[in-house]
Amino acid sequence: MTSEAVSLPSRRSSRAHHFTATQVIVGSAILLAIAALASLSLGPTGITLSSLPRALMSVFGVTDDATAARERLVLFDIRLPRTLLGMFVGASLAIAGAIMQGLFRNPLADPGLIGVSSGAALAAVATIALGNGIAAPLLQPLGVYALPVAAFVGGIATTGILVMIAGRHGQLMVGTLLLAGIALGALSGALTGLIAYASDDRELRDLTFWSMGSLGGANWPKVLAVMPFALLVVVLTPWLIRGLNGFLLGEAEAFHLGVNVERTKFVSIVVTAASVGAAVAVAGIIGFVGIVVPHVVRLLAGADHRVVLPGSALLGATLMLVADIAARLIVRPAELPIGIVMAAIGTPVFLHLVMRRGIGGVE
Amino acid sequence: MLRACTATYRVGSKALISNIDLDLQPGKLMAVIGPNGAGKSTLLRILSGELRSTSGTVELDGRSISSYRADELARRRAVVSQATALAFPFTAREVVLLGATVPGFVSASEQVEHAAIEALRTVGLLGLADRLYPHLSGGERQRVHIARALLQLAFGHCDDAEPSILLLDEPTSSLDLAHQGVVLAEARRQARCGRAVLAVLHDLNLAAAFADELVLMSKGRIAAHGTAQEVFRDELLSRSYGCEVRTNATPEPGVPFVLPHARRD
Repeated sequence: MTSEAVSLPSRRSSRAHHFTATQVIVGSAILLAIAALASLSLGPTGITLSSLPRALMSVFGVTDDATAARERLVLFDIRLPRTLLGMFVGASLAIAGAIMQGLFRNPLADPGLIGVSSGAALAAVATIALGNGIAAPLLQPLGVYALPVAAFVGGIATTGILVMIAGRHGQLMVGTLLLAGIALGALSGALTGLIAYASDDRELRDLTFWSMGSLGGANWPKVLAVMPFALLVVVLTPWLIRGLNGFLLGEAEAFHLGVNVERTKFVSIVVTAASVGAAVAVAGIIGFVGIVVPHVVRLLAGADHRVVLPGSALLGATLMLVADIAARLIVRPAELPIGIVMAAIGTPVFLHLVMRRGIGGVE
Repeated sequence: MLRACTATYRVGSKALISNIDLDLQPGKLMAVIGPNGAGKSTLLRILSGELRSTSGTVELDGRSISSYRADELARRRAVVSQATALAFPFTAREVVLLGATVPGFVSASEQVEHAAIEALRTVGLLGLADRLYPHLSGGERQRVHIARALLQLAFGHCDDAEPSILLLDEPTSSLDLAHQGVVLAEARRQARCGRAVLAVLHDLNLAAAFADELVLMSKGRIAAHGTAQEVFRDELLSRSYGCEVRTNATPEPGVPFVLPHARRD
């Protein structure tokens, strides 16, 4: 017995994983806090960390000098909404990617794969191109919100069509869903291309920038628009964890383990569509986060969704802020589209991880 | 306790199993044998509640199995299917822990962790607990899933008064001689602890050596049901498997063995 007690693997000595779940969660939370502070203080108008409290105080009327007032303006009208928007969008996209990968049991799955992003993009592009033409009566009452509202509706509508195609006798066929999603994505892409082909130069420029993503237009209404969906997906994760862990072994096995398979699929799809639709609506198309961030978490701490889902949310938010800071500093006072920065930062990091550990952590 | 009554499962016009009457009793290890495509796995999937019989009934404690929620069923029965592939690399211990119902972010309690280690010890995988599943051999993977089912049985219960059920689909197909014995002895021990155990087995001699009852399936129907001595009849087995077989006695009383008849031309 004693010799066996010695060889008993200790509770968290997993040599298979580099870090424990707690280390990854706490570490990414610290990184996120640092990135958020940097995002608040960096930009064309530098606000030093020491002047953050002063700007805060001026909100409550404690100090009243001109510098503080200017800093307050920059901080609360520009930086804070932009930082929050980046956090919500990054967290939504990354956690949606993690859920999709778990649901489809495929490390390459991504919200873009089932056509949600391309459906949202098609609706947005149509809004840009037709907003002053035939669709004007419909869109003008929405004012500046026409674009985000259209993108959100486009994403949700695509998902609705998918669920109708892949639903049989109250069950969702995951394989059909994936194939139909790819097909619908291609169709949306073609239609988007058609609209772009027929657009004039100014519309084309708007389309191009929107499709490269940006947090540049951040304001409080956008933050409030995306926040409920980002919070919804975060709040629902505890109910998805056991189901997604069960899905790791396959649908039948998940059922044997006591998972309500159909409910897990339905909630996953709807929550993902809503949060990705909202993220695309406010920030345009930002790739990479949804596929890379969950992988990074898995490589660091293993594939258990108890760490993959919250870890992805935290790291996704962090990565989005870092990319956005780079986007506004590299060519200041102008800004680079965040999609370009994201790919430039993410690709080498991801390739490095894949080459060292293999995809999904398998050497 | 788990009873199938004229259970039939059809895909289109083809009946994969038809008119199955079977009653799983606590304390017994029942082996289902039969040629490929006889409907053994379909029967197991019907009994597990994964498939719903197209006619006839499957009842657990007198209540239709389709009326149970997935989590209710999971507390009463554990299933080991054939060849389970993993989408993402878990360690052996993490796969076993999937057997314990732990909701949300809560990580497994010391008690559950300890039971998981015990289950791994039972199947002889204690030293590989932290090995990634994709790095395990076929036989080791199979034993990981058996350990997972053992943990599910140990912790699934809300009420110990109701005996639970263990369903195994070819649990020994990738195992070496020693581990075949380990796994089936454990299956029999589970039965002796008051559980109902059903195992689909291809090795007739293992079935004869370990099971209390044998069910011979052929073309979707039960061709024979009884002890090994009752089921192992040359003519019956030869007809069911479509090849000539010879049964013989082993030194152990009541345990026959079967060999295909080798023609030496």
